[in-house]
Amino acid sequence: MSTVVLLLFTGLGLGALYFLVAAGLSLIYGLMGVLNFAHGAFLTLGAFAGWEVARRTGSDNWGIFLLSLLVGAAAGAAFAAFTEFVLIRRLYQRHIEQLLITLGLSLAAVALFDGIWGTDPVFIQGPAWFKDTTEILGARIPNDRFVCIIAAVLVLLAMVFFLKNTRYGMIIRAGVENRSMVTALGIDVRKAFTLVFTIGGAAAGLGGVLASHYFGYVSPMLGGSLLIFAFIVTVIGGLGSLTGAAIASVAVAVLQQFANFYLGGTGDFVVVLALALVLLFRPSGLLGRTS
Amino acid sequence: MTTDTDAAGTNSTGANSQDASGAGAPGTAGAGPRRTAAAQRSAPPGKPRRTRRKVVGAAAGLAGIVLLVLLPLLNLSLPGVLPGPTYTPGSLQLLAMCMLMAAAALTYHVLLGVAGLLSFGHALYFGAGVYGLAIILQNLDIPLLPAMGLTLLVVIVLAHVVGSISLRVSGIPFAMVTLAFAQAGSVIVGRNPDGTTGGDEGLSLRTDNLPDFLVGVANTRNLYWLALAVLVAVFIVVTWVQSSRAGHVAAAVRENELRVRVLGLQPYLVKLLIFVVSAVLVSIIGMVFLLLQSGAVPRAISADLTITLLVMVVLGGVGSRWGAVIGGVFYTILDQRLTTLANSDAIDALPDILRIPLSEPLFILGTLFILVVLFLPGGLTGTAQRLARRRKRLRGAGEARTGEDSTAHDRTETSREILEESA
Repeated sequence: MSTVVLLLFTGLGLGALYFLVAAGLSLIYGLMGVLNFAHGAFLTLGAFAGWEVARRTGSDNWGIFLLSLLVGAAAGAAFAAFTEFVLIRRLYQRHIEQLLITLGLSLAAVALFDGIWGTDPVFIQGPAWFKDTTEILGARIPNDRFVCIIAAVLVLLAMVFFLKNTRYGMIIRAGVENRSMVTALGIDVRKAFTLVFTIGGAAAGLGGVLASHYFGYVSPMLGGSLLIFAFIVTVIGGLGSLTGAAIASVAVAVLQQFANFYLGGTGDFVVVLALALVLLFRPSGLLGRTS
Repeated sequence: MTTDTDAAGTNSTGANSQDASGAGAPGTAGAGPRRTAAAQRSAPPGKPRRTRRKVVGAAAGLAGIVLLVLLPLLNLSLPGVLPGPTYTPGSLQLLAMCMLMAAAALTYHVLLGVAGLLSFGHALYFGAGVYGLAIILQNLDIPLLPAMGLTLLVVIVLAHVVGSISLRVSGIPFAMVTLAFAQAGSVIVGRNPDGTTGGDEGLSLRTDNLPDFLVGVANTRNLYWLALAVLVAVFIVVTWVQSSRAGHVAAAVRENELRVRVLGLQPYLVKLLIFVVSAVLVSIIGMVFLLLQSGAVPRAISADLTITLLVMVVLGGVGSRWGAVIGGVFYTILDQRLTTLANSDAIDALPDILRIPLSEPLFILGTLFILVVLFLPGGLTGTAQRLARRRKRLRGAGEARTGEDSTAHDRTETSREILEESA
């Protein structure tokens, strides 16, 4: 029983990270049709920014941790906004070329991170509470899992609130449904594009700081490895669906953890298998619109 | 009625463009139904010139191949491009790598440029060739050719399974799904099950059952000739596939899948065929890569390799065979040169703000790639063609007038259209 609970919480923590990456990916794809390969770079930049904050202030209390979260999210958001404004904007409606741009950007950015921070992973210290465990139903669960889960739930709630109740949220939702109609109504949908990129980048940056605590290190490859699972999550959840991304993140991560434990480290294959099954029976994903 | 004629028009212009670029003279790459009438009007005056160009192109190609064959016997130096004279193993190794990468880019061209399939899992088949052959040679006592045959069998089955699943979706989802499968392959290799793949260390090539002339640094030139033969063979096969019925149907599917289905053809099977052919070709290249590198490394099956191939194709110009070849050679040489540059003293002496970006070859290549996508949409071949046309127009507006209609639809436009349609 205790193993199951431990696996469940570890899976939920990992799922929270997947969600933080996949949420932005899914919104960006849903609104703009851009498959953003640079999303991993946003995450890595956020992680390094958070690590720099922790390193420079030298202390590892909660205040610094919260500050590093903020700085990480801000770094991710700034990078994302820059990407949209300078590079993507020039190529609206050219989806493959936008994809190629983000691909080139991710190559260049990861190489630059290599150059600045080195290719080896750097280890990170959080508040002392992170190293402790909390006992639930006999399972000793590392505390950083809870932080990831809580953060992801807050981000999900904030995004849902933003999309449902604010003017720009409505524009984004309308844009995902039918972009040309929104444009025809005289709304400048390009602002929504920048906004979606910024929000996605902020979530990814936040995810980066949390991921560095979850895994215990930061490396330039951090974003790339999470990005691939985030892609799988967005396809399984249905491209453009935030709720779908949330459900699929949890499902994929928990499945992965259980398979890793009970089926001898086959988590990654089980995930790919799940992807194949979803594609065979529901090509548009769990909550995706059937075209 | 309109459906019929338009589809026929697409097909015939498609054939024209392939003839032209196949002869090494990408001057008349006309495509797209709207241009059909214009192309037909100007066809009679253009025809003799095209055949002459074809002959000249073929002759130039043949001469080029002869030169490349003789290269290991000559003492030529290309300072700044090759690390030493052409007969030295170092230079031959680099040149052979260029050939293999150009060939691999050609197989990617079959996916993206012909069928409009943006795959992020091409490295899976390259890696299957590399690791499949390495593992078979390691564990079974059979000679090289049967081992290669066995590897091919594995790749054919693998490509059918993965292709038939991932082709259920198209466009961007297809890209993601192929990426996921390739990642699974990459993870298997990294996990090193029962010590078969060597994990991060890679697997060194067991040479016991290899023919002597393929082993050792002294025989690099044999490997060079092998790589050259592979490139020429792949080019011929790709040309043949592109001009076959399946190639035409694949190109038509790229343009308009619904229309092909209305005509009673099966896009799914044709795409699967193209996918498998491309996978098989790239796995053969992977096997030669293994012999050349005398070892299998995890990079050979990583997503990075697929991205590298995509970058090569886009750099050269999407939709052009020569573009893929040029992109492959250009990228490989640039990568090698930039790595040398990164380790040089001149770079080390620079202040940090210049030293860090310049000492990362991938940073420079990534930035270059972004610039090409932004400003040179037709890649290197498209730009060369545009410059050539501008020069021709400057030389004599009247003379150029005749060919203008059919050449107006140039490489740049073709590349853009292909990219748009594969979305």
